[in-house]
Amino acid sequence: MNAKTGKLALVVGIAAFAILPLFLKGYGVYLCALFCVYLMATLGLNLTVGYAGQMSLGQAAFFGIGAYHAAILLKLGWPFFLVLPIAAVACFLVGLLLGFPALRVQHHYLAFATLGFNILVFLIMRNEATITGGPLGISGIPRPSLFGISLDADLRYFWFTLFFTVVLAAILWWLLRSPWGRAFAALRDNPIRAESLGINITAYTLFAFAIGAACAGVAGVFYASLLQFIEPSSFQFSYSLMMLLAVIVGGSGRFFGPVLGTVIIVLLPEWLRFMQNWYLAVFGFAIVALMIFLPGGLLSLPERLGWKGASK
Amino acid sequence: MANEKIIEFDKVVAGYSPSLTILNETTLDARKGEITLLIGPNGAGKSTVLKTLFGMLVPRSGEVRFEGRRVNGKSQRELLAQGIAFVPQGRNLFGSLSVRHNLELGGITLPRGDLPGRIEEVLTRFPRIRERIDNQASTMSGGEQKQLEVGRALLLRPRVLLIDEPSIGLSPKLVQEVMTLLRQLADAGTTVLMVEQNVRTALKYSNRALVLEMGRLALDRPASEVLNDPDLNRLFLGGHARPAAA
Repeated sequence: MNAKTGKLALVVGIAAFAILPLFLKGYGVYLCALFCVYLMATLGLNLTVGYAGQMSLGQAAFFGIGAYHAAILLKLGWPFFLVLPIAAVACFLVGLLLGFPALRVQHHYLAFATLGFNILVFLIMRNEATITGGPLGISGIPRPSLFGISLDADLRYFWFTLFFTVVLAAILWWLLRSPWGRAFAALRDNPIRAESLGINITAYTLFAFAIGAACAGVAGVFYASLLQFIEPSSFQFSYSLMMLLAVIVGGSGRFFGPVLGTVIIVLLPEWLRFMQNWYLAVFGFAIVALMIFLPGGLLSLPERLGWKGASK
Repeated sequence: MANEKIIEFDKVVAGYSPSLTILNETTLDARKGEITLLIGPNGAGKSTVLKTLFGMLVPRSGEVRFEGRRVNGKSQRELLAQGIAFVPQGRNLFGSLSVRHNLELGGITLPRGDLPGRIEEVLTRFPRIRERIDNQASTMSGGEQKQLEVGRALLLRPRVLLIDEPSIGLSPKLVQEVMTLLRQLADAGTTVLMVEQNVRTALKYSNRALVLEMGRLALDRPASEVLNDPDLNRLFLGGHARPAAA
């Protein structure tokens, strides 16, 4: 597939996805919007894990920090388009802090450090009830309006979320094709060699976490407005694991890997519901089989089959 | 000025941990526009000299000078900016990236506008790299990869090139090509400080040979003299070197 055909396929794909909810009922529209929300978070996680090679099991914590910022500030009447950058910047700064352990530890040690961070954030959300509402969460979160048009309707909110998902993806696409992206890849492949070329590995490690965290924060804002209700259990460690699963199943370090991976984690369990009690077992079995036979993720399939033009 | 000392180690003590001293009051120098070859048995401290000079190890005592200025503890980024580049041992490319992207990484510290011109300079010097510019770096042959590593280091127009074991994994013909390239660079004014196990070949292209033993300079002689020394194997493999005659 050449670049022109690829771009055309991408535009057609996005357009098809934009009109898909017109043919779906309420829950289907909700799932499409939820897919967009999780995609924002997994695209950011792919930058941290897939491109920069920094293991993270804390993405759901940033997702939650963004969501709670939105819930609290939107309920105070702050405008959505002010809350969005505030949540992104807050997560960026916390992400910078979380990056510091990565300067000292790597791999499974780093995974445990980030996991600990996720648990810490979850406990704060659950126990600091005066701010977060505790286990009861926060309800009645408003949806924004755009140029005086209310986005309360699910379909409108889906299009709004899809638009921002595409914008976020475009920013990340540009970033990963800039010298920054090359520096992240160098950091992943061999940090010592990267440093010998003058790459500031301290800064790039911290930014890898911070940018990934900011994406999750943005996703959290959209999540809070989508559900109009949040509570701590949506940001537990198991959700971080699910986001990491989406990145790995789709193809870690491949730009469109999280797209496919997020389809799998958000939509596949729903499609398998006809199996009733067996659906989660089948889902789990499918993931195990995938990791055994395609450890590079679904997007590595063309390379495994030896197709020409398979690219990252 | 010929024979000007551009790099100096003055009683440098350095190692990989407080209990593991490799450089033991090492005193040596490298001169402008020359290839200085570091030889000696394993563990003598040859690679450690390069790593200490390039800021990967901080000396515990002594002084490392570049063009007369103390550079102890400077970061690799600062040393690159001052004109020192390092090609470490082994494969140093980012195999998942293209040849072009590997070159761009070599110039990541340059102003963005300077990079295309510098890349063009390297491609003119290495036509083989130009042919492979859009290929993935891991698909290049060993000789091509070494050319790319050296080319990437040259993007910053270094005044000093540190190169560790450039012949590893290369066929004899490719080793000659790499050595010829280093000779050309030195003749053009770049100072080369090289560690190389393929001593006989490297000596043919070098100006001076410094023999290290147990982290100390045991011998400092013109490369041609060492090459013709019947005791070359002993010098390289260990044992006590006879004191320098000159």
